[in-house]
Amino acid sequence: MNEAERFEADDEHQGREGHGEQEPYDKSSPDEYDEYDESKESKDKEGHGSADTAPGAGGMNGGNGDARHPTPEPDPDQPPRIPLPRASVEDTGHPLPALEGLGDVAPRPAPLVLEHRVLKSLLGAWALAACSPEETAAVEEHLGGCGACADEARRLREAVGLLHPAETLDLSPSLRARVLEGCLERRPPRIPVPEWAAPYDAETARLDALLQDFGDAEWHAPVRLRWFRKDEPTSRRTTVAGVIAHLLTVDGLVAVALGLRDPMGDVAADRPTPSARTEAYWRASHFPPTRAVRAPWREQTHDLVRTVSFTGGGAGNLSVPYGDFELPLHDAMLDRAFECWVHAEDIAEAVDYPYDPPSGRDLHRMVDLAARMLPTVLAARRRAGLAAPASGAHRHLVPAGEPGRSLRLEIEGSGGGEWLIPLDSPAAVGSAEHEVAHIALDGGEFCRLAAGHVSPTEAAAGQVGDREAIRDVLFAAASLSRM
Amino acid sequence: MAKNDAPPRWDRKMQQRLARGEAAALGELYDRFASLVHGLAHTVLGDERAADTLTRDVFAHVWEHPDTYDPKQGPLRSWVATLTHHLAVQRLRATETAALVQAGHGSTEELERKVRHASVAARADYIVQSMPAPLRAALELAYFQRRDYRQTAADLGVTEDEARRRLRLGLQLLSTAHDASTAPGAPPGYGGAV
Repeated sequence: MNEAERFEADDEHQGREGHGEQEPYDKSSPDEYDEYDESKESKDKEGHGSADTAPGAGGMNGGNGDARHPTPEPDPDQPPRIPLPRASVEDTGHPLPALEGLGDVAPRPAPLVLEHRVLKSLLGAWALAACSPEETAAVEEHLGGCGACADEARRLREAVGLLHPAETLDLSPSLRARVLEGCLERRPPRIPVPEWAAPYDAETARLDALLQDFGDAEWHAPVRLRWFRKDEPTSRRTTVAGVIAHLLTVDGLVAVALGLRDPMGDVAADRPTPSARTEAYWRASHFPPTRAVRAPWREQTHDLVRTVSFTGGGAGNLSVPYGDFELPLHDAMLDRAFECWVHAEDIAEAVDYPYDPPSGRDLHRMVDLAARMLPTVLAARRRAGLAAPASGAHRHLVPAGEPGRSLRLEIEGSGGGEWLIPLDSPAAVGSAEHEVAHIALDGGEFCRLAAGHVSPTEAAAGQVGDREAIRDVLFAAASLSRM
Repeated sequence: MAKNDAPPRWDRKMQQRLARGEAAALGELYDRFASLVHGLAHTVLGDERAADTLTRDVFAHVWEHPDTYDPKQGPLRSWVATLTHHLAVQRLRATETAALVQAGHGSTEELERKVRHASVAARADYIVQSMPAPLRAALELAYFQRRDYRQTAADLGVTEDEARRRLRLGLQLLSTAHDASTAPGAPPGYGGAV
């Protein structure tokens, strides 16, 4: 196997890793799968020996005739001989030339005289109509006189009829949910996947299915990651493979918190933040990330789902440090599901594939996480002078657990709902009586806002009430975004 | 190709995890085999919704009876393919029989011919998917891209001899799809060898 081919075989294998159904094909000698024709080989040798080797064989015979095979005079009663059409996807239904009586057809233009060994080796190419016309003629002449080859030729021709273009039916992501649910109803699991990990399980499976058929062109397609930083849109250029490396390193924060292996390995990041880890990982590799990153990413996603299933209830108090903040494990898994979807959309857009939003149930959980994070983010922004101070005539600090001034966030569409966001303190309770503003927007639009893909001033949101409160909440939502 | 004596670790562990009732294992099983199962079901049944339903039945069967898989008998993938094939052909026969009864014409010979045809087609698909990648690549070029074997050799960076060999061997493997169908009740040939 030459270098190029070995590379190709490796590449093929890597692309399917994590789907290890392939027998790894790394044999350097093609003899590994030669057993198939051993028996035929010996049978053939008995019957033919070297009788096929004729003097003068081998050269390509471009002319229409020679001394031994003169070009026949055109017969006015015979239709003009037209070369057989190449078999193709479009005409697989056509009858293939009959094998019977091939021996006594009128001589073709100067059949090549080829060794039996060569003729036999041509049978596959012949059955696929992938020989030169001269070789085709030589094979067909041979079939008339060689029963073994004629048998094989018939078999191979029939086999060609079984080829058809692979149906690239993308399985509907909802099928996964339906199949798994059906199974779990029939036999309840002893170790279930926690509800809060279900969106992560579903989103990673969806992204992996998108990556399934990617070739090198797709893996290296440029992607621009976009988010909001200090209330300004910012972006970073990478590739599809770079995005998967990003997901791998940030999911790694959860892995580390659970005591699993850090995918960063020996690579050290300046800070334990998502972006610092990602940048360090990108820098540390000598070459841009390739499709090879898919297998470790997918393996880690499976390990995470499995581990949280086992730690389940007991992991309630575990928190995942993100460098600048921490999230309880439940919320971290939701956050990772959200990021997985957002970046899957980035990837889908880069390669021009359609990509649906998550199921309504999962989307609802993600919106709920964002809604629950907003009060804390508002307070932090206020401390940093980015949001209006909570000291105006209508504002009042409330004791923890008491109802406070609130904004009604109404999310429309599948997975939607209503949330009352306490505005003045994360400890306050959202209250309908103290509602000062109301914004309504589509679930997808809200998520694009929270992902930093749409600016707070341009988000398509219906707004009623205190304009300052609305502005603060929209900017706080955008500031949830990060690389 | 010799069958491995020791079944792959993944297969064994998967079976243990399913037996233990780990829902996460079921998800991983689906992620690995759903397209195989759905593809075979679709080839046999020729209908998207029927293939969806059959996919559900196959995974439900594996989830409910993980012990019916014996890792010593071969890879899990082959076992899942055999199970799918079996259930799909059963379903096809049932639907076709019902249709036959309802229509009041047609013959059981036709029905059996149809079932046999679907069965061979499903096996052929499985063989193509499972054959060594270089053989599949050669067939892909010669058949779908309509390259002759010399161009195929050049595209793959191999000798013309090797290209001819791959095309022939690929078709030889594929032609075994016809074999099991001649003997009714014979195992449908989802061995680990191809």
